[in-house]
Amino acid sequence: MSEVKTSRTHRDKAEAAAEKPAALGQDVDLDSYVASAEEPAYQADPSGLPAPAKEQMLGAGVMLDDLSQRSGTYIQMDNTPVHSSVREEGVEVMPVSQALAKYDWMADYWWQAVAVDADKYTANVELGQHDGYFIRALPGQKTVFPVQACLYMSQARLQQNVHNIVIAEEGSELHIITGCTTGSGNDPGLHLGVSEFYIKKGAKVTFTMIHSWNPEVAVRPRTAAVVEEDGLFLSNYVLMKPVHSLQMYPSARCVGERATVRYNSILVAPEGSSLDVGARATLEAKGARTEIISRAITTGGSIIARGYIEGSAPEVKGHLECRGLILEGGGTIHAIPELKGNLAGIDLSHEAAVGKIAEEEVEYLMSRGLSRTEATATIVRGFIRVDIEGLPPTLGAELERAIEASEKELM
Amino acid sequence: MLEIKHLAVAVEGREILHDVTMKIGVGETHVLFGPNGSGKTTLLAAIMGFPKYKVTAGSISFRGKNITKLSLDERARLGIGMSFQRPPVVRGVKTRDMVAACLRGRGDGEIIERLAEKTDLTDFMEREINYGFSGGEIKRSEMMQLLAQKPELALLDEPESGVDLENIALIGSLINELLEKDCPIVDRKCMGLIITHTGHILDYVDARTGYVMCQGRIGCEGDPHEILKNIKQKGYEECTQCLVRRFH
Repeated sequence: MSEVKTSRTHRDKAEAAAEKPAALGQDVDLDSYVASAEEPAYQADPSGLPAPAKEQMLGAGVMLDDLSQRSGTYIQMDNTPVHSSVREEGVEVMPVSQALAKYDWMADYWWQAVAVDADKYTANVELGQHDGYFIRALPGQKTVFPVQACLYMSQARLQQNVHNIVIAEEGSELHIITGCTTGSGNDPGLHLGVSEFYIKKGAKVTFTMIHSWNPEVAVRPRTAAVVEEDGLFLSNYVLMKPVHSLQMYPSARCVGERATVRYNSILVAPEGSSLDVGARATLEAKGARTEIISRAITTGGSIIARGYIEGSAPEVKGHLECRGLILEGGGTIHAIPELKGNLAGIDLSHEAAVGKIAEEEVEYLMSRGLSRTEATATIVRGFIRVDIEGLPPTLGAELERAIEASEKELM
Repeated sequence: MLEIKHLAVAVEGREILHDVTMKIGVGETHVLFGPNGSGKTTLLAAIMGFPKYKVTAGSISFRGKNITKLSLDERARLGIGMSFQRPPVVRGVKTRDMVAACLRGRGDGEIIERLAEKTDLTDFMEREINYGFSGGEIKRSEMMQLLAQKPELALLDEPESGVDLENIALIGSLINELLEKDCPIVDRKCMGLIITHTGHILDYVDARTGYVMCQGRIGCEGDPHEILKNIKQKGYEECTQCLVRRFH
């Protein structure tokens, strides 16, 4: 297992917060999980990883047999990085432990967007770090293909504590697809993932995260982004497989003029899944913009869909859209959109709707010759297919594939 | 052929249509006139098979088969199609998806593009179906879907309502194409039943037979232009009075 260098101050703060409950979500007993004692071997060629693991990773959008459509790849199995590589110039991809050893300036980013003592999960990541990825686009470099990263959990009762850092230097463009998944069994596990994004002046980052867990896994990601002048951060989140408990509320600060953040989330909760997912954006500089869109479907599980936009600078604009669909099987969707304005002239709005599929719509499609099942599937597919502006075509197609693969189970 | 015999239809327990009988031969277009609330849309919905419209007496046969008990989608697949007066918005489902669904694998993207061009809806294909569409756009979109569906019986609910003059001509030509009006009468396969309140559509689409429906009954049957002339002269009130004299 890699040793991660960290400062005394962070460690002290983490120790003080080691028992601090999170503000949201059911409490997870950290003592129920263990770190992995095994250290899988490094794979220079990731296609050599075991076929069942590759299949699971593919379900989360991570392709290992053909890397030609990827500018870089990072794979972590349990608590150990097993592969990292780069295929395109101007991008760095490596285990975060390596980046900490290589760059002194990492201190400028390490726990700077996410507070180390936010809760016991962030504290635990600091106290028992199991690496994570470091992805950086160099100034002015625009990657064509996405970097892919996979955080894979295979062992029963595993606790995976990762800390990821993503930096898009000035004028760069970076596309990332992250797949987080488990082995094919239904072993319990806990994933704690801290991710810090730094989008510099004029840079653009699209980040697409596909979670594909199992019904016994608890997940507590802690993510934050800082977006500078004219920067764009586009974050897409897809969760269509069962998970025991997931709570996350990623946040982005637009600190530079005209900085833009867009969040799109597609959430599906079958019976037994408990999701508390939101997105938060603070518009702190003139002309900053945000759009937070979520689509939540329950087939028996529970979803809290949150959203928060705060505007505190002139000419900022934000919109929050939260739509929920309750399919057969019941379940609960609780939409909590929040807006906070601190200045005259800001423009913040939200719309939220929770309901079932309208019979009138089903019958409209049936009158065109679709069976009831086909009509319902078409409406559900339309509901979750959010048009994601700014996503490169290859990534858009992959996202579509991942959604399609999961739709079959949903139906 | 469509054959409706002594049909009675109830909605939420209340009988709306009483003893409706009608026969449309292959390739024929018929027009149903009637004031608002007379039961015209109920008749189309009952022929199409919407579950809310319960047949309480009589029968509907299509292509020699009794379809009274068939479901909505079975009837659609058998060759019955309907253009809606006020179709619902289906969020997330694109116009293109709807047209593709209507084609049911019979065509490719090129056919969809041609239909979009023909109905002047090229810019609407990626939009959510009916979301923010104007009256004319809705009618054109409904016609585009029917042209893709290629039904043998087209049920058209007020195709001219809410449509400006320029669009009526286009809608009229699309209906004529759907009903194969450019073919010799004997070669036409598609039957049409058009509901109209104002009769304006008859300026663009020829029909063989007209009916007047009032209070859920067919009052009279005859030459559609003659019927329309009477309605224009005397209004629907006269038709209603006529029915009252005959049935009460």
